[in-house]
Amino acid sequence: MNMETVINMVLLSLLVVTAIAIVRIKDLFAAAMLAGIYGLLSASFFVMMDAVDVAFTEASVGAGISTLLMLTTLAMTGRFEKISGNYRPRLALVLVALTGALLIYGTLDMPAFGTAAAPVHEHVAPRYLNDSYAEIGIPNAVTSVLASYRGFDTFGEVVVIFTAGIGVLALLMRAEKPTPRTQTPTASMHEHMVLRIVAKMLIPLILLFGLYVQFHGEYGPGGGFQAGVIFASAFFLYSMLFGLSEARKVVNHVVVQILAALGVLLYGSVGIVSLMNGKNFLDYSALSADAVHGQHLGILAIELGVGITVTTVMIIIFFAFSGRNQIEGEKD
Amino acid sequence: MSEFGLFNYWVVMLLMMIGFYIVIAQGNLVKKLIGLTLFQTSVFIMYISLGKIEGATAPILIEGVTLYSNPLPHVLILTAIVVGIATTALGLALVVRIKESYGTVEEDEIHAKDESC
Repeated sequence: MNMETVINMVLLSLLVVTAIAIVRIKDLFAAAMLAGIYGLLSASFFVMMDAVDVAFTEASVGAGISTLLMLTTLAMTGRFEKISGNYRPRLALVLVALTGALLIYGTLDMPAFGTAAAPVHEHVAPRYLNDSYAEIGIPNAVTSVLASYRGFDTFGEVVVIFTAGIGVLALLMRAEKPTPRTQTPTASMHEHMVLRIVAKMLIPLILLFGLYVQFHGEYGPGGGFQAGVIFASAFFLYSMLFGLSEARKVVNHVVVQILAALGVLLYGSVGIVSLMNGKNFLDYSALSADAVHGQHLGILAIELGVGITVTTVMIIIFFAFSGRNQIEGEKD
Repeated sequence: MSEFGLFNYWVVMLLMMIGFYIVIAQGNLVKKLIGLTLFQTSVFIMYISLGKIEGATAPILIEGVTLYSNPLPHVLILTAIVVGIATTALGLALVVRIKESYGTVEEDEIHAKDESC
């Protein structure tokens, strides 16, 4: 049993322990924090599994934004779960055990973990690993597949994110006027001088790091999805420390909404341009005389589109939630 | 890791069932969404485990390395995580609206209010 196996098993066991703690705990605030820990643990597990890009995303989403949104929701819906409901946990337990047993029975004829000859590695993966450097010209195979080979798929995902952003806006937006903003909403934070100064120094660095992740995604782990989430978190930090109304001065709501749509549009337009040049939709080799150079251009453009949309949708979601929270707070 | 050949998948099933249990057996809507997140992450763990090859390295092509883990599951899950947070946010937005209309996020109380109308 080597070291890697040990770490792997420890991480997986910790995940199970955290999940059981989430089931048992009645304090939703603690449950949300535990869910954040769960996200961070799974991110560490993804690093062990060589999925560095995925780990990156999970660390910023699962441990960061997801927890933040849960906590903002809890501020509005109440911290504690009702103790007794008329649910029948025993029936649920039987059902869950039965389903679990069937699923485990299903795993029995799966190839053992880590085998190189497993069917999953024999379909398109060898092509991606062997030919992508010659065809796309960038070392990060994940980015090649994400942005070029499966570009159409990724386009769909970006549209889903955009749609979810619109959905949140439709559900939570209210006419902006009923907030007289007499009090500063996060007055308590204003008194924490250390926090404020440290955050002020951190925010430019976070933004810079976001840009690095965005434009270095072809060579190392990173890309539009991760960069978008990181970039957005700098704005979250700002609005948590300096208050929502201050943050709204920095980030114009209309501009953010237009940018979210523009990101999707940029992605789609790249596809249309390649169609116009007689190639397939999102076949970037049409963008330049040299096919590999065209791929580079195309990937840069669509990653930028992804980055813009993810950043702005995350900002829209966060502002919609915390804006609602603020109005709620004034009503009570 | 051959001596624990299917350990990863069993843990995935266990985590998935814990998430499933929260969704069906607990009444608080926020808790249900947390359960759904657990369920979702267990699927991520399954896909990423499938892509791992013993002794391989991350799929960033460099000179002198021949064995890489499978990049395809990574791509699928990377986008799924970001889509997942966007849809979870939509779910939480619905919970906030339910709280505003019903005054509660407990499933049985919502049912009781619906029936008394």
